Amino acid sequence: MGPVLAGVLQLLALIGALALAYIPLGNHMAKVYSSDRHWRVEKWIYKGIGANPDTEMRWTAYLRGVLAFSAAGVLFLYLLQRIQGVLPGSLGFSAIDPDQAFNTAVSFVTNTNWQSYYGEQAMGHVVQTAGLAVQNFVSAAVGIAVAVALVRGFARSRTGELGNFWADMVRGVTRILLPLAFVAAVVLVACGAIQNFSGIHEVGQFMGGSQQWNGGAVASQEAIKEIGTNGGGYFNANSAHPLENPTPFTNLFEIFLLLVIPFALTRTFGIMVGSVKQGYAILATMGTIWLGFVALMMWTEFAHHGPAFQLAGGAYEGKEVRFGIGGSSIFAVSTTLTSTGAVDSFHSSFTGLGGGITMLGMMLGEIAPGGTGSGLYGMLIMAIIAVFIAGLMVGRTPEYLGKKIGTREIKLAACYILITPALVLILAAAAMALPTPGNSMTNSGAHGFSEILYAYTSAANNNGSAFAGLNADTQWFNTTLGIAMLLGRFLPMVFVLALAGSLGEQKPVPVTAGTLRTEKPLFTGLLVGAILIITGLTYFPALALGPLAEGLAS
Amino acid sequence: MNNSVSNTVRLLGAGLRALLVLTVLTGVIYPLAVTGVAQALFNNKANGSEITYEGKVVGSSLIGQQGYSLDYFQPRPADGLGENSVNTRYKLILSGATNRSGDNPELIKWVKEAKAKVVKENSAAGYTVKPSQVPADAVTSSGSGLDPDISPQYADIQVHRVAERNHLSVAQVQKLVDDHTEGRTLGFIGEPRVNVLELNIALKALVAKS
Repeated sequence: MGPVLAGVLQLLALIGALALAYIPLGNHMAKVYSSDRHWRVEKWIYKGIGANPDTEMRWTAYLRGVLAFSAAGVLFLYLLQRIQGVLPGSLGFSAIDPDQAFNTAVSFVTNTNWQSYYGEQAMGHVVQTAGLAVQNFVSAAVGIAVAVALVRGFARSRTGELGNFWADMVRGVTRILLPLAFVAAVVLVACGAIQNFSGIHEVGQFMGGSQQWNGGAVASQEAIKEIGTNGGGYFNANSAHPLENPTPFTNLFEIFLLLVIPFALTRTFGIMVGSVKQGYAILATMGTIWLGFVALMMWTEFAHHGPAFQLAGGAYEGKEVRFGIGGSSIFAVSTTLTSTGAVDSFHSSFTGLGGGITMLGMMLGEIAPGGTGSGLYGMLIMAIIAVFIAGLMVGRTPEYLGKKIGTREIKLAACYILITPALVLILAAAAMALPTPGNSMTNSGAHGFSEILYAYTSAANNNGSAFAGLNADTQWFNTTLGIAMLLGRFLPMVFVLALAGSLGEQKPVPVTAGTLRTEKPLFTGLLVGAILIITGLTYFPALALGPLAEGLAS
Repeated sequence: MNNSVSNTVRLLGAGLRALLVLTVLTGVIYPLAVTGVAQALFNNKANGSEITYEGKVVGSSLIGQQGYSLDYFQPRPADGLGENSVNTRYKLILSGATNRSGDNPELIKWVKEAKAKVVKENSAAGYTVKPSQVPADAVTSSGSGLDPDISPQYADIQVHRVAERNHLSVAQVQKLVDDHTEGRTLGFIGEPRVNVLELNIALKALVAKS
């Protein structure tokens, strides 16, 4: 069997596994966010918070909950890193500098997991497990909660009430993320991922002498890092590191983990709005884009254009033998089309076009299938844009899921889709225009520009992967990327929740002969087209200067 | 004004309390529970899959090593590996890739040199390695810099050199390589591979025996 066929079979196996999980997980999540029963452990948690989980919140109260919880997260994580030097269980590692601590705190709270530090030489047990890994859980749960609030806005009418933020967030952790992460972590250990607290220790070498390694709670962090579409690695090499991702099977398993919740949420959405077919239409849109991107990536990586790869006889630079070109290509596309940003191979050493595909995946807004929660709400915003475009074509007031898309709704959706491109393009332009940021580049020419464009694309879209040649541990990059992550996460949430509030207050419009049937393949086609055209128009000039220039030259 | 300030403080307090409670659950109980299960059921794996030879730990089957003498099978290059620059009382290996692009002049130079080196080192008496026989993994660095594996093709072209330097027959060494070649998982997941450390341990044992 050739490597191409093996890659295609891995893709089919992955699709099969995702299909098997789709209905049970989607149904389970719908039940989690519809149930009015509280688990005993959840009652303790609510008592600890001092919140009544049965209080319905309007969008402003829901948003205040999101912001207060996230602000506390940033503050706590920042302080934890700043006092690392005196914390027990820190392996003697010193405090993280203020700019890097700010960047890292923001990065993990916003579900980005951009890392300007080297995991193995900077973060001790306490910061890794009680700081970073905790945000892997709760930032993912916040994302799902906001998506669920938007879905309730569609599902409910004549009320501005969107549910209770504390209940939604806590349930996401206790009933979805924790059980999945526990099982996944044990599977990863069984395959060779490490899980211990041995700290830094010497291990003998074959030719004599010894090496020093970090031991740590790697598998438990690896599991939630994929399930929560976070992506921050315990080690610098992330999921390319054999102690995080030891075998070809764990590689496929990790890709499954990072895709499973975002895809299954479309089922949850369908159930909650009372039509699973609406969920299938969204799923089909996500699946079409994801599959198309995987096919393109495999094609360009197997073709290995680029002088160094032609000379080597394959695009193996930055890729592990055990995963191969196929496994690495599927991982790269899946991690950039979700908000994960974990990597099992280094995107900077992909072919020029391959690197462009990873960037374009993020530029689409990470909606195919996107991050936990953020993928669904991002895609629903695009659906609103698509019905608006369709409405303009036929001259009817656009509707989606029985709700009118009026002036207020379309303004909020438009604001949503303008935020990340504005952040990416303005900050990348500023970095290129200023004299010093360019010194951080490892590569020159088109690829050097791509390093910077990739960094802001990754930060503003809360992805976290990188063209890692860029030395991002400078005050300029720590600060500006931190701001991009913050605004790129929370401004869209403001618009999503405002939209949810305004949709929930409407009364439903009856379906008539003139209603655009949004559960039909025609709509899926329209939606895919709208996504590609809007992103294409926004980013084409920037992509032409970077990955397209590099890819077409080779 | 005062009212909104006190509201904000109250809300931040709730956020902080929520974070602390969830930290206990997901940042303390969860990792400890996983560690307990891992240490009880998969002790060797949870601690890094260490391999011993003649009673001494010689590394991990998962972590590739550099610095093998030419008597042994060579791993992939690791031009992206680093040394730690903070907390320097440790000598930690920093995993990582070169992050060089396909048109990067340095990478082109490294690949050229690596290829010439592989051809030169492995061409033994009566056996010439052609540049076209050198597989891509032999001349490129992995993503982690710690890739424990090489492709079977790269192992194959090293057989003659290793046999000659250890006074073994080519057939003996080739059999060793074949025995240590792992196919794709379930026939289609990943790529066929040879674990360099395990192969070299087996080679050392064979040399000691003969």
